[in-house]
Amino acid sequence: MTTENKSLMTPVNIITGIILAIGLVITVLRFTKGLGTVTNLDQNNPWGVWIGFDLLCGVALAAGGYTTSSACYLFGMKKYHSAVRPAILTAFLGYALVVFALHFDVGRPYRLVYPIFLQPGTTSLLYEVGLCVFLYVTVLAIEFSPAALEWLGMKKLRNTVHKLTLALTIFGVVLSTLHQSSLGALYIAVPSKLHPLWYSPYLAVLFFVSSIPAGLSMVIFEGTLAHKPWHHMMDKTHLDEHEGVILGFARGASIALAAYFCVKLVAVAYDNNWHYLATGWGAWWLVEVLGFVALPSLLYAIGSREKNIKLIKWTAALTVVGIILNRFNVSMVAFNWQLPADQRYFPSLMEIMLSIFVVTVGVTVYRFIVSRMPIFFEHPEYKDAH
Amino acid sequence: MKRRQFLGLLGAAGITATLGTTAQAAGGKSFDGYPDAKGVLFDATRCIGCRKCEAGCNKVNKLPAPPKPFEDLAVLEKERRTDEKTYTVVNKYQGKSGPLFRKIQCNHCMEPACASVCFVRAFTKNPDGSVTYDADVCVGCRYCMVACPFNVPAYEYDDPLTPRVMKCTMCHDQIQKGEINAPGCVISCPKEALTYGKRDDLIEIARERMKKNPGRYVKHIYGEKEMGGTNWLYMAGTDGFSALGMREDLGTKSVPEISAGPLSVVPMVAALWPALLGGVWAMNKRKEKVAEEEQKAAVKAAKAATKAEGEAKLAKAMESAERDKVQAVEREVKRALEEAEAARKEAEAAKTETADKDGEGA
Repeated sequence: MTTENKSLMTPVNIITGIILAIGLVITVLRFTKGLGTVTNLDQNNPWGVWIGFDLLCGVALAAGGYTTSSACYLFGMKKYHSAVRPAILTAFLGYALVVFALHFDVGRPYRLVYPIFLQPGTTSLLYEVGLCVFLYVTVLAIEFSPAALEWLGMKKLRNTVHKLTLALTIFGVVLSTLHQSSLGALYIAVPSKLHPLWYSPYLAVLFFVSSIPAGLSMVIFEGTLAHKPWHHMMDKTHLDEHEGVILGFARGASIALAAYFCVKLVAVAYDNNWHYLATGWGAWWLVEVLGFVALPSLLYAIGSREKNIKLIKWTAALTVVGIILNRFNVSMVAFNWQLPADQRYFPSLMEIMLSIFVVTVGVTVYRFIVSRMPIFFEHPEYKDAH
Repeated sequence: MKRRQFLGLLGAAGITATLGTTAQAAGGKSFDGYPDAKGVLFDATRCIGCRKCEAGCNKVNKLPAPPKPFEDLAVLEKERRTDEKTYTVVNKYQGKSGPLFRKIQCNHCMEPACASVCFVRAFTKNPDGSVTYDADVCVGCRYCMVACPFNVPAYEYDDPLTPRVMKCTMCHDQIQKGEINAPGCVISCPKEALTYGKRDDLIEIARERMKKNPGRYVKHIYGEKEMGGTNWLYMAGTDGFSALGMREDLGTKSVPEISAGPLSVVPMVAALWPALLGGVWAMNKRKEKVAEEEQKAAVKAAKAATKAEGEAKLAKAMESAERDKVQAVEREVKRALEEAEAARKEAEAAKTETADKDGEGA
């Protein structure tokens, strides 16, 4: 059941190797010369693309884990069962990478456990994020473990863990609600730095609600990407359910995006910030909200109604780009908007390369796992055992 | 039972973990600062931009020597901010009648943003009014820098493994040890542009100055209410605070106050979500069960109906068979009787014939 029979020198592997090598060089630089050498961060711009992309987007796009598992196990949509394992795997890898990437960004990564075990700063929303991410990575690891245990043939332990599914799913949704929203709430502390069109007392709600279409779209998007290379790994159930998953998730994402669109409007209306729409910032806000929230909502609706799988797949990509755009706007573009242009932040090449490196590590581990463990197929010994 | 216990434990753990001391932050109590807290009053109309305060700060805090000496006033031509080697800087601005100067340093907020957002409680608001930082627990996440509305904390970006956040301490340690009786900058100011004292007294002093010098000041003490109030206070000439590059749109709410609302929702999610999601799960489970039972019942009914029908058919068949049998018997009997009758008649006829024959013969 491996794909390693062929030569390792495939184009994908070569590119992976180059990126990993560059990443290692940057890693050495980061831990010998400091953030000043590697990043464009400065005293006014303490958070860059490693927070804006690796943390904010990483967590939002890993929301497929809790959305898929709750749809299947809590909301009784059993027909999505074959989508749960791939989604849990991606979520687990996504969160593991978020934690991995944070080790580069924080000044003293060896102290990352201090807030949880040594001296918790409970008034901080970052504490909440930290605690929830820490717990959720653990939950995801346990949720994912049956796949690994089946692969390793550890039947007894696998069956014990499997009994926890319901409790873990509920706990996972609680934790996800908390930290998805808290990531937005981080910026509630900075009304004077974030542009009023993006600043809102509803930032927590905005981040949480948008994580739902983000997660659903990532499941569709990944499913599409994984379908070709691992077609031979997919069992009949997976292949049969695939189209149903895409159509169902498209419907769900369409509704979630429509709700998110409404929250976006309420957020602007709450502080009566409509007049900003006439400015350049307003135009940019409209691009985000009309082009990457309203439009995909509409396209998803059309796609699921007409059973247009191709349209849905492209819409999933559009939604993912839209969520990334939103997180970039909040954390970088509209942050420090009042500073003069020469004091604004733009990531350095090494910062971008390290983010690519982190994603590549994730993709590589993903490839390793799905080529071996029962992710796209049910292990023959555990058929119908769920 | 086991699962229920486990869920209960999870819920309890979640609440304890997230609730912590946040309830206090979100409570209705108001904090008006420590009663004897000290502060510094900066009077922009007295500042001449000599940078003596910068030199004094540098010396008292044993900070590295700057690339250009403090006597070099050409530095003022470019706007600067505090950094990891400089706790305070003076900037020059153009006023309506000549240059204006403003000193920047940590404002020592009464309810500091940095302290409230720090996830490891590295910042402390001391009873003497100062806000200090503990490098021994700092993780280096830089959220304090993001949150500070005055852009004060600075970070040692060039230290790869032990970077610290650097900022003015209002010379807390040195004053506590008795090395000096006022912050280094205040001592070095030759024009008494800086006054160190109890915050309440400083506000009195500022009001007094405004009263005694009508037309000299704009009628506002910056920091009295900004961001919930700061221990460093500012007076400005008639050009106002915006002419000194100070933001006048910060509002009067402190960061803890702003974030109290969102934080208060946190424990609710932990409290309500398990019940809500568990409820949804239970409803779906029940729906499935009901559907299953209904299906079973329907199958049973169908089976029963089929059986009854079959029985009825069988009974009917039996009946008709019975009827056929009876009819057959009857038919047989009848035929036998008829046959017997015919035989009898034949015999009789034969007898008569014989008798006739006998009569003819006599």
